Formats: sequence, C-alpha cells, structure tokens
Amino acid sequence: MTLFLLRRLLQAAQVLFVMSLLVFVGVYAIGNPLDMLVDPQATAADTARVAAALGLDQPLWVQYWRFLANALQGDLGISFLHGTPALHLIVQRLPATLELAVSALLIAVLLGIPLGLWAGLRPDSFGGRTVMAGSILGFSLPTFWVGLMLIMLFSVHLGWLPSGGRGPTREFLGLEWSLLAPGGWRHLLLPAVNLALFKLALVIRLTQSGTREALLQDYMRFARAKGLPARRIVGVHVLKNIMIPVVTVVGLEFGTLIAFSVVTESIFAWPGIGKLLLDSITQLDRPVVVAYLLLIVFIYTLISLAVDLIYAALDPRVRLAGGQAA
Amino acid sequence: MKPIAPPAPTSPAAPTTTGGAEPLLRVEHLSTRFRTRGGEVAAVDDLSFELATGEVLGLVGESGCGKSMTGYSLIDLVDPPGYIAAGSVRLRGHELRGLPAKDWQALRGDRIAMIFQDPMLTLNPVLRIDTQMVETVLAHRRVGRAEALARALDTLERVGIPAAAERLRSYPHQLSGGMRQRVAIAIALLNQPDLIIADEPTTALDVTIQAQILYEMQTLCREAGTGLIWITHDLSVVAGLADRLCVMYAGRIVEQGSTAQVLERPAHPYTRGLLDATPAAALARGHRRGEALRQIPGSAPPLAALPAGCAFRPRCARADEHCMQTPPRVEAAPGQTVLCWHPLPPGAALPGPAAHAEARP
Ligand SMILES: Nc1ncnc2c1ncn2[C@@H]1O[C@H](COP(=O)(O)OP(=O)(O)OP(=O)(O)O)[C@@H](O)[C@H]1O
Ligand code: SF4
Ligand SMILES: [Mg+2]
Repeated sequence: MTLFLLRRLLQAAQVLFVMSLLVFVGVYAIGNPLDMLVDPQATAADTARVAAALGLDQPLWVQYWRFLANALQGDLGISFLHGTPALHLIVQRLPATLELAVSALLIAVLLGIPLGLWAGLRPDSFGGRTVMAGSILGFSLPTFWVGLMLIMLFSVHLGWLPSGGRGPTREFLGLEWSLLAPGGWRHLLLPAVNLALFKLALVIRLTQSGTREALLQDYMRFARAKGLPARRIVGVHVLKNIMIPVVTVVGLEFGTLIAFSVVTESIFAWPGIGKLLLDSITQLDRPVVVAYLLLIVFIYTLISLAVDLIYAALDPRVRLAGGQAA
Repeated sequence: MKPIAPPAPTSPAAPTTTGGAEPLLRVEHLSTRFRTRGGEVAAVDDLSFELATGEVLGLVGESGCGKSMTGYSLIDLVDPPGYIAAGSVRLRGHELRGLPAKDWQALRGDRIAMIFQDPMLTLNPVLRIDTQMVETVLAHRRVGRAEALARALDTLERVGIPAAAERLRSYPHQLSGGMRQRVAIAIALLNQPDLIIADEPTTALDVTIQAQILYEMQTLCREAGTGLIWITHDLSVVAGLADRLCVMYAGRIVEQGSTAQVLERPAHPYTRGLLDATPAAALARGHRRGEALRQIPGSAPPLAALPAGCAFRPRCARADEHCMQTPPRVEAAPGQTVLCWHPLPPGAALPGPAAHAEARP
C-alpha cells in the first residue's frame, strides 16, 4: 500500500515535470508576452526594463530553470498582468469551479444511475428507449450550443433563472460558496446542468450497459433462485457490480469536468478558473497558464489515486500492488 | 421473534411414487416453449414425473435436451422468449402454476432451492459469502442478523467446509471451485427446503470432489427429507445416487423408472445407447485399448427441426414406419415407462448387470 502510494507520487512528479516543460515552451512559442504588456509606443529602454523585471530578458532555458527552482519551493511565479502570485489567483477562483464541477457531477450521478438502471432493467419499454435516445442527444449536442439554448429558454423566454454571473455567495471555511447563500443555487443551476449533460449521458450509458450485462450473469439467476426480493437484487446485486465501472469512469471524468468547465464558464460568465485561463491565454500571462495546467495535472493525479482506492474498496478481486500489477 | 422454522411437516408417503399418498412433487404434462424467429419450439414437452420426500431423482440426457429448462420451469425462472405453456406442478398437493410472482418469490430459496452448474459464476463476485448467505435467510425468515449468521455458519459446517467462520468473511474468488459449489449447496440448504434442484452442480469439478459432494448431498437430503432432482448428462454420476431416473431426449422424457430398472434393463433404444457409450460398458464388452467407445450415431436434432413422430428416429436402429407416428408411452415393467413403439425386451440385458456399480461413491 505504501509502495503503491510512493509509486503513484513518483509518477505524478514525472508528469508534472514534463507538463511544465511542455507548457513553458508552448507558451513561449505562441508569442512574446512583452507585446501584450508594454505599450506599443514605449521606448526600447522601457521595454527592456519591463523584460528585466519579469525575467523575460533571459534565454528560455534560464527562465525555465528559475521557474523550476522557485516551483520546488511552492512559488509558481507572479502573474505578468495582475502582479499577484499566479497560484493565489487560481486558488481564489478555484472554489467557483469546484462548486460548479461537483454540482454537475452530482446531477450526472444522481440522475444518471437511476435512469440507467431503469433503462437497463426495461430495455424494450418506451421509457427505457426514450432514456437511451436522450443519452445519445446528451453525447452529441455541443456544450456551448446547449448552454446558449438553456439561457434562451430559462432566462430570456421564461425569465426563471439568471443568465450568468455567480450571484450571491456566502463565506465558509474562508471560501465563497453559492449554494450556501440564499438564492445562490439559481445562478448555479443552469451552468451546472449545462456542464453535467455530457457526463449524465455517459453515466446513463454505463449504468444501462452494466445493468444489462449483470442481468445475464449466472449469479443473478442464483439470486432469484434464492427468493430475494427484487429491490435487493437490483439495489445490492446489480448496483454493487455496476458501481465498479461507474465510479471508475465518473471519477476520472471529474478531472475533465474541471478542465472543460472552460466553455460553460465563459458562456455563463462564471468566475472560475476556466475563465481565468482563457483570459490568461489571450494575454499571454504565462505564469498563470503554467500554474493552471500544473494544478489540473495535480488534480488529475489526486483523482486517479482516489479512484484507484475506491475501486479497490468496491471490487474485492482487486488488490493494490506495489509491483507491476495495478 | 419466530425461531427458524423446522422443516415443514413431512408427508408420510414412502419414497416410492406408487401408492395413494400425495407425493412431494407431482409434475404433469409440463411444457415450456420458446418463441423464436423460426416459430415456436418446445424445450420441455409434456413432462410428467413424481418425486417422494427424501427421494433422489436423476434427470439425464445429452446437452440441449431441456434438462436445465425443466429445472427453471419448476421454479418459474424461465426467461422470455421462453414461457411455460402448459402443465401442472404440485408441491405437497399445492398447485404452483399460475402463482403470483410474490408467492413464487416466497417459495424460491425457501421451499424449493436450485443450484447451478458453474460454481465460479453462481456467487456474486463482489459480495462476501456471509452477505450472500444471510440475505437468503432474511428473505424468508423474520430473524435477526446474528441468528441468520449463526445458521449460515452451521450450514457451512454441515456441507463440510473447514474453518467455516473464516470462510464466511471471504469473497468468492478466495475459494476454490469445489468450495464455492459447497457454499452454493449450503445456500440451497439454508432454509431446509422441501426440494432441491441441482443442475449439474459437479460437472465443472474434478472427479474426486464430484463424488464427495454427490455423496454428501445425498446424505444431507436423506436426513432432512428433502427431495432432490439431480440433473446431469452423465449416467454414471447418478447411477449410485438416484432412486429413480428420467431419461430426456429432445425435451421429452423417453424413459423413466427406478435406477436399477433403467440401468440394468433399459427399454428405450436411446437409454441403451447412452449406457453402451459409457466406459464401464466398454470394459464389460472386453474393450481393447485404443478402441473408440461405442457412441450413438448422429447427434441430437435442433428443436426447430425435430423429425416427425419419434424424435430419436434418425439415430435409432429399431426405427420403422411406425416410428413416423408419435410413439405411445408404454409400461415396460411396473413403475418403468418408455416412450417408444418398439421397446427393448427385458431379456436384452446389458453386458454385465453390475457394469455401473463402480460409479457409486
Ligand atoms: N432463448 C432461447 N431461445 C430458443 N431456444 C432456447 C433458448 N434457450 C434455450 N433454448 C433451447 O432450449 C433447449 C434446452 O436447453 P437446456 O439449457 O435446458 O438444455 P440442457 O439439457 O440443460 O443442456 P446442457 O447439458 O447443455 O446444459 C435447448 O435445445 C435450446 O435450444
Ligand atoms: S419409437 Fe421407433 S425410432 Fe423411436 S426410439 Fe422407439 S424404435 Fe426407435
Ligand atoms: Mg443445462
């Protein structure tokens, strides 16, 4: 177990290192941040001064080396644009994104599992077919288009929900939360649904196919032969088996929820890290972009670690190995 | 809290199917059909047999002849597109056909239990043994968890599982195939059912364990007065175990009688063919090393394309024009019936009457 954790940490460190290198070179290739930061009319001397202040006068490998040295001490650099630590900027915005992503995940799981179970238990019923057809829509409609349609319908036409922004929040544990503020959920609902849609379709399909497969197994017939009530057969025998793929995939997808909240956040003007990333890329604010991507990799690593642990807890046949087997 | 129920009062019927008393199980004209694209087929066709308390009935036949479907039909586990088309199944005189789903659920695992062929697949891989046992008790008895657990432990010990308390906390994959099948058998025995249907439960196990389990099951059922239907494709498996035998071919029982009758004086050409195909019969014939066993020529026809009249006709050496008509059920000896136009005469003894004795455990 300890060996397993150590191995995972080492892997994560390697990925983080490679990522930082790629991002560094990548952003360098996009353009020169100085063009954005310095007034085009500024003198060469002014430009040189700014460049020196930001360390941009050094060759790339020196810049990277400095970054690496600082990063190892937890300093990911200062935003060119805001003049504050990049990490600080991101952490400030993170709760908004996390709240959005967790809400979307909850919607996807709490709706998706029952719907998928139902569709799996009655694949030929009208309801079952409708659910599966709906899940195909959820897969194929582009997120931004659905987002716009949601705004059109619920904000513009019906006027039920606000079209964007985060709305009221309340502080808890030093961070701002929408769900804790009265009426905060009204701002959260549309973007969360928008972000959830794709995952909802995924959960429905996973649950449905898992259910259908489980129903064909001998142990289901044996469970019926034991005279178990239907609710125990579905609620324990089926559910426990399908939870294994569902938890694995959904867990791993949580990372993409955070990463791909970019689209939803920009449609709904949700002040999360996705929106920060977009702004930073257009401004070539390299420290923020680098810090963002490193954070995402870090979150991914944490999530996949958690998923492995949960997976092992759910499936007794899996034992976490320190050696080659996963 | 009600104590765990003792076995339901056993009927005084002697372990024979003759006599006036109501048998444990009476099956009459049972038919199970499948709606397929090519029309309907009968997987179980006009089955009738009886089983007395504590009796062991062997249900024998080649693969695909409808043995499992017979078992599923008896506990109402036939899945669409299959359905039970006709017939009557009575347990201690109570008609089971047409019972509402709720009553079936109460019966299954309580009065009638079933065990399946592959021990690797019958236990849920993600649930511990104790979970799978306790739920079976709780589904039928109003007892506490502790009491159910005690009963599970006791039953595991009865089926010969060493360190049963430890095994209870295991997952199926931590047990060997033989152990898993014992667990499945223990689950079937948990609520002391009147009837156990065992669908080739030892086929996937090696021969020694097979013989052991067979013997133990027989003892346990005899002690508890549980009727046992043992399904197998291997005559020698049931030879030492069953009181009576039903030989199935293409969904029908073609011969039925006491084990001694069927094995020593088979009247149906198919039964005779099955017996001739066993290694024991070959030895008795003076079988030489390297010589192939004597197999029944041809193979079982698909249900959708059964020949008219007797389904065994294309493979039968005794077939003639009579056999184009559905054969009658005739009595070859008292208690031995056969579905054939030309049953073998009783004198046509097998090479060596004790040919199958060594299969006894
Ligand atoms: N879904 C189905 N549709 C059509 N026919 C079916 C279906 N399921 C089973 N059958 C038919 O029912 C017949 C009986 O099958 P069953 O499983 O009872 O055979 P079996 O005697 O138990 O064979 P085995 O020894 O291989 O287990 C088979 O011949 C098969 O063709
Ligand atoms: S009825 Fe005819 S074909 Fe069928 S088993 Fe008897 S003799 Fe053979
Ligand atoms: Mg079978």
